Amino acid sequence: MYAQLVDTGASRVRSLDELGPQEREFQDRIDAGVKIEPRDWMPEAYRKTLVRQISQHAHSEIVGQLPEGNWVTRAPTLQRKAILLAKIQDEAGHGLYLYSAAETLGVSRDELLEALHAGKAKYSSIFNYPTLSWADMGAIGWLVDGSAIINQIPLCRCSYGPYARAMVRVCKEESFHARQGYDILLALCRGSAEQKAMAQDALNRWWWPALMMFGPPDAESVNSRQSANWRIKLFSNDELRQRMVDQTVPQAEHLGLTIPDPSLRWNEERGHYDFGEIDWDEFHAVLKGNGPCNRERLRTRVQAWEEGAWFRDALVAHADKRAARDARAA
Amino acid sequence: MSKEWPLWEVFIRSQHGLAHKHVGSLHAPDAEMAINNARDVYTRRNEGVGIWVVRAADVASSSPGDKGPLFEPSQSKVYRHPTFFPMPEEVKNL
Repeated sequence: MYAQLVDTGASRVRSLDELGPQEREFQDRIDAGVKIEPRDWMPEAYRKTLVRQISQHAHSEIVGQLPEGNWVTRAPTLQRKAILLAKIQDEAGHGLYLYSAAETLGVSRDELLEALHAGKAKYSSIFNYPTLSWADMGAIGWLVDGSAIINQIPLCRCSYGPYARAMVRVCKEESFHARQGYDILLALCRGSAEQKAMAQDALNRWWWPALMMFGPPDAESVNSRQSANWRIKLFSNDELRQRMVDQTVPQAEHLGLTIPDPSLRWNEERGHYDFGEIDWDEFHAVLKGNGPCNRERLRTRVQAWEEGAWFRDALVAHADKRAARDARAA
Repeated sequence: MSKEWPLWEVFIRSQHGLAHKHVGSLHAPDAEMAINNARDVYTRRNEGVGIWVVRAADVASSSPGDKGPLFEPSQSKVYRHPTFFPMPEEVKNL
């Protein structure tokens, strides 16, 4: 999802009997649905995994601003521009909630940003695709933020208190994102034939990458089972992906758009849509840094950070000067 | 590498005349910027009418390990709750 292939450091999942007394008490608390708070004892692997997961999630939020930032100056109306700006500002806010949650685990935000800028930290594969037309703003809100909601709603119940609380705030705001995206596509689909074609083209390009966001099938993976035991992953990737397909197909039908998958059909027996094979080679290539926009995204992030340094430093100098003046006056 | 901004804890008074409630934290170089940033991060949708910011380093807190002994005195005094005293049914307004 926004955090993909999170490593837990586990080579196998240990049973309750194999845990030490402290770790067992910790697992019992989680099994009883009690939230873990920053100053509570926690296994080092739990802490490290959460830092990875939450920081990847935070990085995804702020890198996710970039494909949309492309379109602020070219939004078709002043109102659409204002809405897009508000959405992008929300993404920055989501990043901040998440960095704060990660910081409760004993890492600093600057440290996490440094890892992102050095290319050592991951962010979601989805943000490495280009936004070629205005319809892409619609497709991103509808499909990407829609998928994010499906992933994030269960995380509101995850075991780590600060992460769960951040997710509650994020989910409240995310529905606006999904709806504004669908609204953009509604307008295009009700417009001229060219506008509708633009919407279809955006769906064609974003559909498969959106399904990849959930990550490869993981029901058998040790990392997923460990994360499930810790209650920082509540459903398997395939379960969440199925939920996304099931809820999105009727929405596409309402728009009069065709999902670019010839194998897509309703399976009466399962009560779900069947869908085609996902190209996992493409997913792994994007994750390794070889997607269409990986280098550009990272370059833009680093540039924004470096070119903002004088401003951050000026604020510190101003604060220091005032503090010194106050100290002299006292 | 520039100096890292200190961490501030943010408390918001919601519209409903309630007490300030902790909502999260953020980084800022000073109190004034912390309030500005808190407005942008935590009150984008009319969530508040008042903001407090406190340097995270200045917050003193009880430690989770002391939870038992620290709160024990209140656990053993059930008579502090009104429901401890059974009242005759015909007696009203008590």
